[in-house]
Amino acid sequence: MTAPPTAGRASRSDTGGTSATGSEPRRARRADLAGPALVLPFALLFVLFLLWPLAAGLWTSFTDRSLVGTAPSFVGLDNWAEMAADPMVWRSLWTTLLFTLLTTPPLVAVALLMAVLTQRAVRVGWFLRFSFFSPFLLPVAVVSLIWVWIYQPGFGMLNGALTGLGLPEVNWLGDEGTVLLSIAITTVWWTVGFNYLLYLAALQGIPSQVYEAASLDGAGAWQRFRRITLPLLNRTTAIVVLLQMVASLKLFDQAYLMTNGSGGPDYAARPIIGYIFDSGFTNLRIGYSSAISYLFFAVIIAVSALQFWLFTRKENTA
Amino acid sequence: MSAPTEAAPAAAPRTAAPVPQAPRRRRRISPTGAAATVSAVVLALLWLLPLVWAVLTSLKPEAETTAVPIRWLPVEPTVEAYRLVIARGDIQQWLVNSTVISVLVTALTLVMCAMAAYAFSRTSFRGRNALLLLFIAGIMVPPQVLIVPLFDQMRLLGMVDTYWGVALPQVVAPVMIFILKRFFDAIPRDYLEAAHLDGAGHLRVLTSVVLPMSGPILAAVGIFTFVQAWNNFLWPFVATTDPALMTVPVGLGTVQGAYGIQYAQQMAAAVLGAAPLIAVFMVFQRQIVRGVTDAGLK
Repeated sequence: MTAPPTAGRASRSDTGGTSATGSEPRRARRADLAGPALVLPFALLFVLFLLWPLAAGLWTSFTDRSLVGTAPSFVGLDNWAEMAADPMVWRSLWTTLLFTLLTTPPLVAVALLMAVLTQRAVRVGWFLRFSFFSPFLLPVAVVSLIWVWIYQPGFGMLNGALTGLGLPEVNWLGDEGTVLLSIAITTVWWTVGFNYLLYLAALQGIPSQVYEAASLDGAGAWQRFRRITLPLLNRTTAIVVLLQMVASLKLFDQAYLMTNGSGGPDYAARPIIGYIFDSGFTNLRIGYSSAISYLFFAVIIAVSALQFWLFTRKENTA
Repeated sequence: MSAPTEAAPAAAPRTAAPVPQAPRRRRRISPTGAAATVSAVVLALLWLLPLVWAVLTSLKPEAETTAVPIRWLPVEPTVEAYRLVIARGDIQQWLVNSTVISVLVTALTLVMCAMAAYAFSRTSFRGRNALLLLFIAGIMVPPQVLIVPLFDQMRLLGMVDTYWGVALPQVVAPVMIFILKRFFDAIPRDYLEAAHLDGAGHLRVLTSVVLPMSGPILAAVGIFTFVQAWNNFLWPFVATTDPALMTVPVGLGTVQGAYGIQYAQQMAAAVLGAAPLIAVFMVFQRQIVRGVTDAGLK
């Protein structure tokens, strides 16, 4: 009873066991019932809270359904046509893409830097893991409260530091040009810990003999990093980049909270999900909001498909 | 099982080659090791700065928070802000709600996904592969896409402003089935065959053979699910309008205004909202790190 878990973990690459039972005729009929019965609870929730709303959303996108009463009527492709011509749709989609471009490189590079430093550092591992990862555990509302206070004009920490250095103040969240950047900085601080842990796990999987051999051959620290660490982390980096892109494309919570739901000056920080939210819950136009949801879905599917292709390829080669 | 496997690589060379070990160890620590340690600690302190600033602010009297130029340490430290926030009572209620909802989501996810994963891994039935494909496809649906129709549907079902309404949609995370299925797939068949020969049915095999062998992966899935449920914002925000049912992220997010420009109180509320998971992390760091990496890397 104590040993088996190791067996399960050690043989991860073992592909056997997928077609386990059913070899015995006596049990065949019972197995037929047991399988579906065990899947049923999850399948019910899957249908009720995923397939149904997914289908309802698609149907709704062809109607003028409103959040307040009044029977909806079928309007064909009106919502979709309106969406294609709505500059706010494209503006918010651009905001989402810009945010993804702003956050993905630092979230990958800083995570890697942190992981490499942690791997090399002596005796402070616990402290480093705590400092780098604990922000990830904060609820988004806590993150927003803290950072709105840090960005506060006048007596906030960041502007206090700037004026202390003799530099001019920046109206971080109040300026159209800096509001998205400010939210990006907050996001890097908040979520880098997740990528950091993925890199840390990958680094621990590299056998130390590889480095020792390279050291004996006279490779310096930088060379070892460039010629050994980075290439061996290729797959991890690919996974981290794709997970991060999908995560960044889903920007909403912190952008909403840090701008008090306003989308920032001139909507400079309203992502596509923010526009979906505003169309549905502020303007009460569920039909239109559903159409935009599907546009967003298409963007995510494109990136996810790439990600899924990568994962299945990994499984086949493993 | 975590402690021995991790200690092994570190301990092995020390016992195997004690003589050449000493000089090499010293050389490894001094140049790059020391530089890495110092830069890592500096970066770590920088990363902690926002949290330190929040805690320091929460310990100031309100008048001190808006002093210009800014002052780092409180001149007259006080817990008045905490007293006022706790006296309002909201945050305690939100902590209770978050706990109830996160426990509900985690328990249901573990039970339902383990059952489904077992069925996909160890039983055969007609349509199994088609169903599996359907669930795989479900992974690609971002919850954000469903928010508007889901809210519409919850009104229909009368589940707006209920714990169940907040919790149930969060249980639909098919990716957890695949993480568990992969682990179940790797359990040697002999264990299960033996149990089946003893006359155990599938439910028996699942609960008394498979699950006891799956402690680490269940912990990983459980921890990951709990943290996600605890910190989820958008759906609980949409699904609750009654402050008495709000979770910590939603409550703190929506009543930001209620603390007005009382920055010490805002930060006290933030610290109280952050404390539970941070405290849990300090105690279970190893398990949480493993849980997040296992579930995150799939």
